[in-house]
Amino acid sequence: MADFSDFKATFFQECKELLENMEAGLMAMDGGEDVSSHIDAIFRAVHSVKGGAGAFGFNKLVEFAHVFETVLDQVRQGALDPGADVLQILLQAGDVLNDLVTMAESNAAVPDGYGQEVRAKLHELELRGQGGGDGDAPMEEFDDLDFMPVAATDLPDAGGEEPAPEAFDGIEFQPVPADATGLPSATGYRVSFAPRPELFRRSNEPLLLFRELRRLGTLTVACDVSALPDLNVLLADGAYLRWTLDLVSDCPIDQVREVFEFVEDDCDLKVEPLAADPGPMPAPPAPPVEARPIPATAPAPAARAVAAAAPVAEPVPAAAPSPAAESAKVPPKDSGEAQRKDEAAGGITIRVDLDRVDRVVDMVGELVIMQAMLRQAMGDLPRDGKYGALSRGLEQLFQISRELQESVMAIRAQPVRSVFQRMPRLVRELSNQTGKKARLVMQGEATEVDKTVTERLADPLTHMIRNALDHGIETPEERIAAGKPEEGVVHISAEHKGGRIIIQLTDDGRGINRERVRQKAIEKGLIAADAVLTDEETDALIFAPGFSTASTISNISGRGVGMDVVKRNVQDLGGRVTIRSTPGKGSTISLTLPLTLAVMDGMIVSSGAETFIVPISNIVECLRPKNGNVQQAGDGGDVLLLRGEVVPIQRLSQVFEIANARDTLADCVIVVVEVEGGSKLGIVVDELLGQQQVVVKSIEENYGTIPGIGAATIMGNGQVALILDVDAVGSAGRPANGRHIH
Amino acid sequence: MNNTQTHGGMSASSGADPSAPSHQYITFTIGEREFAVDIMAVREIRGWTATTKIPNAPRAILGVINLRGTIIPVLDLRASFGEELTVVTPAHVVIIVVIGARTAGILVDAVSDILTVGQDQLQDIPEVERQGRDAMVREVILVNQRLVGVLSLERLISQSQLELTDKVAI
Repeated sequence: MADFSDFKATFFQECKELLENMEAGLMAMDGGEDVSSHIDAIFRAVHSVKGGAGAFGFNKLVEFAHVFETVLDQVRQGALDPGADVLQILLQAGDVLNDLVTMAESNAAVPDGYGQEVRAKLHELELRGQGGGDGDAPMEEFDDLDFMPVAATDLPDAGGEEPAPEAFDGIEFQPVPADATGLPSATGYRVSFAPRPELFRRSNEPLLLFRELRRLGTLTVACDVSALPDLNVLLADGAYLRWTLDLVSDCPIDQVREVFEFVEDDCDLKVEPLAADPGPMPAPPAPPVEARPIPATAPAPAARAVAAAAPVAEPVPAAAPSPAAESAKVPPKDSGEAQRKDEAAGGITIRVDLDRVDRVVDMVGELVIMQAMLRQAMGDLPRDGKYGALSRGLEQLFQISRELQESVMAIRAQPVRSVFQRMPRLVRELSNQTGKKARLVMQGEATEVDKTVTERLADPLTHMIRNALDHGIETPEERIAAGKPEEGVVHISAEHKGGRIIIQLTDDGRGINRERVRQKAIEKGLIAADAVLTDEETDALIFAPGFSTASTISNISGRGVGMDVVKRNVQDLGGRVTIRSTPGKGSTISLTLPLTLAVMDGMIVSSGAETFIVPISNIVECLRPKNGNVQQAGDGGDVLLLRGEVVPIQRLSQVFEIANARDTLADCVIVVVEVEGGSKLGIVVDELLGQQQVVVKSIEENYGTIPGIGAATIMGNGQVALILDVDAVGSAGRPANGRHIH
Repeated sequence: MNNTQTHGGMSASSGADPSAPSHQYITFTIGEREFAVDIMAVREIRGWTATTKIPNAPRAILGVINLRGTIIPVLDLRASFGEELTVVTPAHVVIIVVIGARTAGILVDAVSDILTVGQDQLQDIPEVERQGRDAMVREVILVNQRLVGVLSLERLISQSQLELTDKVAI
């Protein structure tokens, strides 16, 4: 049982990847990319989900995936033109499939009628696909056909409207009218195949072999059932069937033999060239069974009829697309790199527990510190004579360890695509809910960033998109009236810049209504009624806690949590958020984030004999107090007057009870940081010692939480330095009373 | 993170397992007195290195050090017995012990011996006499006319205000 749940876990993990591939493919098609380069991947993804789901008995999932797959197949075969309307339905179907997988994973019951609407739409498409091509493949014909007694898969009732899900996804013997037996004159092979019981005992499956064979050309299968004994003497593991397979193909004979390579010893096999004109089928060894050709190429009417009715119809193209062929099809454009990466990843990947990777990261961090110590020690040694080789060797070692460090960080890096990918669906759903029309354009999804960062990006991005759709993009009527295209565009991009990742969300909506923001801020007591604010300052108010301008509270945004949560999330990640807005033209929100949480930029400060790190992302500015800009506040504490703003200050030496710190404020440095809620705090330290990237280490792991300290790091000399948690430093003394007073 | 092998050591250090015929202990000195810890709980012994002070920490916590990338606290055993802080010299050693999911360093004057002790050599200290440092010593070992106190690491940690409860092995 335990193993079984392991399989399940693997299945769902794979599902996630498959669904991501599917979504990416659909988005690419939606974005106007060539259908043929994506449809195969999408089809395969859905098909694999279906296959796995069948094995675990998720019937609803299988059913839906099946209908979805059928339509995808029609698109693949060219029977259905993937226009915008079709793509919309396919995208919706992707969402439903996603939900069904999620429900299956959490063991939730699928609500009755869930996804029925989309399913109906798919069904319509399916019919359209059937009707679209040749009219000479009516369903009725299918009814007349007799089935051959060989199929191991149970074909559904031909007349059945609802395709039944099927656990085994084997080959199906596609019945065609008997008059289709007239084979085209072609070269080919006759394969006589008689499996021995061993073949089945080794878990081989003739159906799979035949399917393989069918990839080579047009296959005609005839089964000899004469050896089949009566039921009472039939051995369950016996081998009674023989097949005669006629393959019309101009492939070399080796390729045919190759198909049987692994079963050669367990069967009687004969492969001989077909007579140039096969004519009527020569009688197979025993009672002749009607032979039926299986079209190898796509849009034969029969194939389509079956595709519509048989659940497992999976017409295999004559040449299975090899990965190489596929990548060749990828247009060498912007997204090309990402595509290639995907394909490379599809080649050889392994799943590794994140803990293991983290352990390697830890060890490499340690190596880097050791290296710094070695380098220091090396400085004292003469570089010639007997130390020459040593110093050269060490230099090489440093080189290698640098590369090692980069490689290790690359293991943890993930393209932001994994987060971006959830967004198109959000936009679709929100457009439906709000009655607005919006399109999401993504750029730079391949930009890589540490996994810890991508994991925590989803929330802020979701809020931002909700906000853009709810407040930014106008209704179609408004847009037309404003002379804009009916459909709004939300543009989301990611790029590396200066060791950080910048994520921008731009909408072409109405922009921020500054007058309303201002009124609201006054109403909520965020600013004084007569405050003079620049446009930027006004815009920034939307990030203030408790700020929400939606006049009616919608269920999308406007609950007063939203943009301040975005700001908080981003700050927690050590990042910053800014907004730029042009009335009538739209807004751009930019997030600047570190590439990893394992490393951050820190300002090294000293107080007395102690050294601390202040995260740069918290720091607004550093200054030396001048005459008069530090004053006594009413409650006995000191405040800093910073360009008209009153900022409470906190001596680090007092908070942490550090001896021998400088007494006179004028000798100290004030580090102004932004704390929770957007207010400022001045932290008084003795000196700024420098700025450095530091590796963040947990201090809770072996010690516990320390008020005012967030984490620790190891400096180049091997010593531990503590990283300040500025929020906690702020609340350590007096309750923070630092509101903006303008 | 890497402390899975410690549970055997923990139960043994409290000497509760009669099925174990004999156990090894590392002994060390604080001044004239000799103490022991279960060898299974000891990860390594290292020389004294400067610690980074932790603000507002209990007196006996000397600070934290970097143990190959992991940050661990160092505890002055003498101070945690309620006595004065140790005046540290390069001769002092830190015994790195693993307690549950945590790793910590214990500053002692010197490590002296490894004892193999049978269960019959262990004697419980009566409850009434446990005070101060004795609260952390539950049993004594009688060797060659010497009395060696067996340190209960769990008690040491809980008395030193290193909370144990909120920890989960990572």
